[in-house]
Amino acid sequence: MSDVSFVRTEMLPEQAPPASEVGIVGWIRHNLFSGWFNSILTVLSLYAIWYVLSGVLPWTFQSVWNANSLNECREIMIATWGSTHGHACWAVINDRWLQLLFGFYPSHLYWRPILALILLLVALAPVLYSDRVPTKMLIVTALYPFLMPFLMWGGTIWGPIAAALGFVVGWGVYTIVSKQLSGLFGIVLGIAASIIWWLVLSSYFVGALDSILPIGIEAVQSRQFGGFMLAILLGVVAIGVSLPIGIVLALGRQSDLLIVKYLCVGFIEFIRGVPLITLLFVASLLLNLFLPPGTNFDIILRVMIMMTLFSAAYMAEVIRGGLAALPRGQYEGADSLGLNYWQAQRLIIMPQALKISIPGIVSTFIGIFKDTTLVSIIGLFDVIGLASAIRADTAWNGIYWELFAFIAALFFVVCFSMSRYSMYLERKLQTGHR
Amino acid sequence: MTTLTDPPKEQFRLSMLLYDTRYRSATIQVIALIGFMLLAAWIISNTIQNLEGLGKPVEFGFFGEPASYDINQRLLEYTSRDSHLRAAFIGLLNTLVVAVLGCITATIVGVFVGVLRLSNNWLVARIMTVYVEMFRNVPVLLWIVLAMAILIESLPAPRAFRGEDATASMNFFDTVAVTNRGVYIPEFLFSRSLGDIHLFGTSSIRFDISLDLIAFLIVLGGSIFAMRKVSAWAAATQESTGDRPKIWHIQLGILFVPMIILLVALGFHLGYPELKGFNFKGGTHMRNSLIALWLALSLYTAAFIAEIVRAGILAISKGQTEAASALGLRPGRTMRLVILPQALRVIIPPMISNYLNLTKNSSLAIAVGYMDITGTLGGITMNQTGRELECVLLLMLVYLTISLSISAVMNWYNNRVKLVER
Amino acid sequence: MKKSVILGAATIAGLAAGAAAAGTVDDVKARGKLNCGVSSGLAGFSLPDANGDWQGFDVAVCRAVAAAVLGDSNAVEFVPTTGKTRFTALASGEIDMLARNTTWTFSRDVDLKFEFAGVNYYDGQGFMVPKALGVSSAKELDGATVCIQTGTTTELNLADFFRANNISYEPVPIETNAEAQQQYLAGACDVYTTDASGLAATRATFENPGDHVLLPEIISKEPLGPLVRHGDNEWGDIVRWTLNALVSAEELGVTSANIDELSAGTDNPEVNRLLGTEGTLGEMLGLNADWAANAIKAGGNYGEVFAKNIGEETPIGLARGLNAQWTDGGLLYSPPFR
Repeated sequence: MSDVSFVRTEMLPEQAPPASEVGIVGWIRHNLFSGWFNSILTVLSLYAIWYVLSGVLPWTFQSVWNANSLNECREIMIATWGSTHGHACWAVINDRWLQLLFGFYPSHLYWRPILALILLLVALAPVLYSDRVPTKMLIVTALYPFLMPFLMWGGTIWGPIAAALGFVVGWGVYTIVSKQLSGLFGIVLGIAASIIWWLVLSSYFVGALDSILPIGIEAVQSRQFGGFMLAILLGVVAIGVSLPIGIVLALGRQSDLLIVKYLCVGFIEFIRGVPLITLLFVASLLLNLFLPPGTNFDIILRVMIMMTLFSAAYMAEVIRGGLAALPRGQYEGADSLGLNYWQAQRLIIMPQALKISIPGIVSTFIGIFKDTTLVSIIGLFDVIGLASAIRADTAWNGIYWELFAFIAALFFVVCFSMSRYSMYLERKLQTGHR
Repeated sequence: MTTLTDPPKEQFRLSMLLYDTRYRSATIQVIALIGFMLLAAWIISNTIQNLEGLGKPVEFGFFGEPASYDINQRLLEYTSRDSHLRAAFIGLLNTLVVAVLGCITATIVGVFVGVLRLSNNWLVARIMTVYVEMFRNVPVLLWIVLAMAILIESLPAPRAFRGEDATASMNFFDTVAVTNRGVYIPEFLFSRSLGDIHLFGTSSIRFDISLDLIAFLIVLGGSIFAMRKVSAWAAATQESTGDRPKIWHIQLGILFVPMIILLVALGFHLGYPELKGFNFKGGTHMRNSLIALWLALSLYTAAFIAEIVRAGILAISKGQTEAASALGLRPGRTMRLVILPQALRVIIPPMISNYLNLTKNSSLAIAVGYMDITGTLGGITMNQTGRELECVLLLMLVYLTISLSISAVMNWYNNRVKLVER
Repeated sequence: MKKSVILGAATIAGLAAGAAAAGTVDDVKARGKLNCGVSSGLAGFSLPDANGDWQGFDVAVCRAVAAAVLGDSNAVEFVPTTGKTRFTALASGEIDMLARNTTWTFSRDVDLKFEFAGVNYYDGQGFMVPKALGVSSAKELDGATVCIQTGTTTELNLADFFRANNISYEPVPIETNAEAQQQYLAGACDVYTTDASGLAATRATFENPGDHVLLPEIISKEPLGPLVRHGDNEWGDIVRWTLNALVSAEELGVTSANIDELSAGTDNPEVNRLLGTEGTLGEMLGLNADWAANAIKAGGNYGEVFAKNIGEETPIGLARGLNAQWTDGGLLYSPPFR
C-alpha cells in the first residue's frame, strides 16, 4: 500500500474572490440587484429619487434671497431665469426669520430666550448624560424652573425667589413637624404651608422687597411670545410640570386604594380620549368660566395649563410602563428591608423606573412639541400662526412653499435629533438591564 | 404549654385613622374623594356664576334651530334648513369616514413600509427610513396643510378638461376625473332599484338604507355560508379518503354567480362623471379636503405603524422560522401560522393607540375645511350660536365615546389573540 | 381669597393678571394699557409687520381709543383673535374692546350681549370670478364651486342667497384669506366670496389683477364696527364717541396736520367743543379735555386713517364708496358734538 497517490502538502495560495463579488461591484450586486424583484425595486427607487430631486433641487438653489416683496422676487426671477416657476423666493425667510423664531419678543432682548435655551441644555445634561457630567450640575437643574420664567418674562427678581422660597418653607415645616409629630402630618402641613405661602404671603413678600430693593430686568408680556420659541417654551413647560403630576397619577393608577385609582384612571382616560384641539378650545373659550368670576389669565398661561394636563396623562402612562418594567423582586426587596411605601418609592422604585422611562419621556416630549403647532388654530402666533400672518401681508401674499419648507425643516432638525438621542439612550439602557 | 389568650380588644381611637395601616388607606381615600368633590363643586359653582354674569344659561335648545349653513362633503342628505343637531351628525359621520379610511390605508402602507425597511435592498431600506423619519418628525398639522397645497397646485382644474385644446384628460378610459377639486369616480346605479328604507322619520339622525345594498349583502352572506359548507365537505372528504377534492372552481362559482344574477336583475350600471357647466357632474365626488386629510393622516400614522411592524417582526426570534421549516411548512404558511400570530401579539397594542391618535388627529380637518364634527359642531355651529360651553362639552363627549369604543373593540381582539399564560 | 389666588398665580408666573371689575375705563387707566382684540392677520385692517408692530384700519381705531383714554396711542396691547375666540375674549374681559371687522347683527347685539359702538366700515359680501369664466352676474353661478371664509357671517349669507335664488352651489370652507386666495388662483374654486373690501384687497395682490372681476351683486349688508360688553355704558360711550370724533374731524376739516393750530382755538364752536377748548365734553366722558384731539393725533381723522391703510393709494386700493361722508353721498354721519 505504498503507492500513495499524490497528496498536496502545501496550501494553495488564496485566490482573489471573483471581481463581481467584492468591491463596489460586489456590494451593488448584493445590496441592489440580488434578484429580479430587487432589481426592479432598485430601478423604481432610483427613478423616484431622481423625480423628487430634479424638482426640489433647482427650486431650492436657483432661488432669490434678497427682495422686499413677492412681486420683487418674481421680477428678479423673470430677469434671471425667464420664468417664475420652479424657483424659490427665500427672501421671505431672509426678511422674517427672526420673527418666525422669536415672535414679537423685543429684539434687544433676544439674548434672554437664547440664554434660557442654553441653560436648559446645561440643566438637562446631568439627567440625560448622567455618566459624563458631574452630579454637582444638578444644582442648575434645581434652579432652572425658577430661572427660566425670570429670563423669559423678566420683571422683578423677587417673584421667582418667592416661588422658590415656597419650597423652602414647605420643607422647613415638614422637618419640624415630622420630628415633633409624624411624617404624614409633616407632609400635609408642609404642603399646606407652601400653598399658603404661594397664594397669600408671597405677593406681600414680593411687593415689600420690590419696593425696598427693586432688582429686575425688563418685563416682557407673554403676548409677545411667539414663533418657534413658543413651541419650545410650551413643550418644555408642559413636560417639566407634567412630570411630577404624571408620577403621582401613575402611582395612583397602580395603587390599591380603589377611589384614588379610579380618579386617576378617569382623568388619564378622559384626557387621552379627547383630541388636544378640544382641550385648547377649553383653554381659549372655557377656562375662564371655570375659575372664580373676574379671574383673567393670559391666554398663553391658559394654554400652558391645558397642555400640561394633556401631557400629564401621557406621562402617567409612560411612567406606569416604567414601573411595570421593574422586576417584582425590587418591590419585594424594598419591602423586606422594612421600607415604607414612600421610602421604597423614593429610594428604590422611582430612580429605576424613571431611568427606564426616559426614552418614553423623550418621545412624549417630541409628540407634545409637534402638537404645539395646534395653538395656531386658536389664534396664537406660533410658527404656523406667524406664517399665516406673513401670507396675509400684502408684500408676501401668495407665498407658501418656502414658509412651510422652513417650518418643516425647523421641526425636523429638533425632533430628529431628539429621537436619535432617545434611541441611543434605549440602546444604552438595554445593555444595562440584560 | 402556654395558654392562648385573646389579644386585648383595642378601643378604636381617632388617631388610628392615621397610624393604623388598616384604616389609613380608607382615610386617604375619603380625603381624596372629598377633595375631588370639592374641586368639582367649586368649578361648577364658578361656571354657574360666570354664565349668570354673562346672561347665557346652559341650554341645548339651539340644536333644534336651523343651521343655516351648507356642508359640501356629506354622506346623508342635508340642507341649510336642517337643524344644528343634524349638522353635527353629518360632521360625526365625516369624522368616522376619514378615521376609518385613514386607519385602513395607514395599516396597509405601514405594514408595507415596515417590511420594506427590513428589505435587503439597501436603497429601498434607506428610502423607507427617510420616509419614516420625515413624517415622524414634522407636525401632522403641517403635513395636512402641505398635502392640501400639493393637491391644489399640482392637479389640473376642471377648466383644463374643457374645450378642444384641453390640457388634462380623464383617466382609466374616461371613467375617473382627477381634479384639484377632488376625484370623481364612477358611482353604482341601479335602473330597477328596490328603493330605500327611511329610518328615524324626520329626526336629526334620520338616514336611508338602500334595499339594493341589503339584498347584495344578503346574497354575499349566503354565498359565503355555502362556501364554508363546501370547504367543510372537502375537509371531511380529505379526512375519510385522504384525497382533497378540487373545489376552487366551485367556490368561485358560488361566490360570483348569484352576485352577478342579482346585479343584472337590479339593472346595475356605472354612472360616469361628466364635465357640465363649472364642474364635473355625476359619479361620486371625493372632495380634495377629504383626500388631503386622508392622505396626510394615513401617511403620518403609517410612519409610526411601520416602526411598530418592524419592531414586531424583529421581536420574533429566528428559531421560530427555522423550527417551522424543519416541520416542513412552506414559507407562506410559516408566515401565516407561525410568525404573524406571534408578531401580531406585539404589534396590536401600540397599533390601537395609533388608530386612536389618527382618529383624534382627524380633528385637524378644519385646517383644510373638511367638515368633520370639529368643523360643524365645534366650528360653525359654535361660532354662529355662541354656545361655547355646550358645544365644546358635547364635542369632547363625542370624541371620548369614539375613543373608548375603539379601545374596547381592540382590547377585545387583543384578549382573543393573547397568549394564555399558565 | 379670590384676589389672592390671582395674585399668587400672577406672582409665580410673573404675569400680569387683572380682575375685570365693572368699570372698564378704570381698569384701562389703572393698567395703563388698552387690550384691544384684532384679527390675527387681515391685510389693511390688522396685521403685524416685520417688527411686530400692528398696522391697519381696525388697529387705528384701537390706537385712537387708547390715545383718547390714556393719551398715548402706543399704549395698546393687541390681542389676536380668531372668528371663534373673539366673542369669548370680549365676554370674559380678556380684551376691553373688539375691533375685528365684526358685522353688527341683531343676535350678536342682543343674544350674545355685546354693544356695537358704531360702524367704522360699511361693507357687503361680493363675488370675485376669473374673467375667463365669462360670468357677469352671480345668478349665473349655478353649480359653481365657491370658496368662503369660515367663522364669519359670509357662509350664512351665501347659503341664504343661493337658496333664495334656487341655484345650486358647492361651498368650500376655508380658514384664512391667504388659503382661499391660493385655492381660487389654482382654480380649485370658481368663485371667491367674502366682504367686498377683502375681495378688492385680495385682487390687488394678484400677479395679474386684471384677469379677475368683481360681480355687481352685493348680497348682504356688513356694517363692521368696534364692540364692547353690554352693561358698561361709560366705556361704550368712550369707544362710540372716539369713533364719532374721527368721523366728525374729517367732516369739520380737522386733520393731523392742522390739529395743533386748531387746538389753539377757532371760530367754529363745534371744532372747539370737539378739541376741548370749549365746553366740558371730555369731563362728561370722564376723560381729559383734549381726549378727542389725542385720538385724532393718533392716526389722523377718519379720512386720513382710511387713506393710509386701505385707501386708493395703498396696495389694498379701496374707494370710499359708502364710507364717504354724508356730505359726499356716503353713509358716514356722526351725531353732533354738543
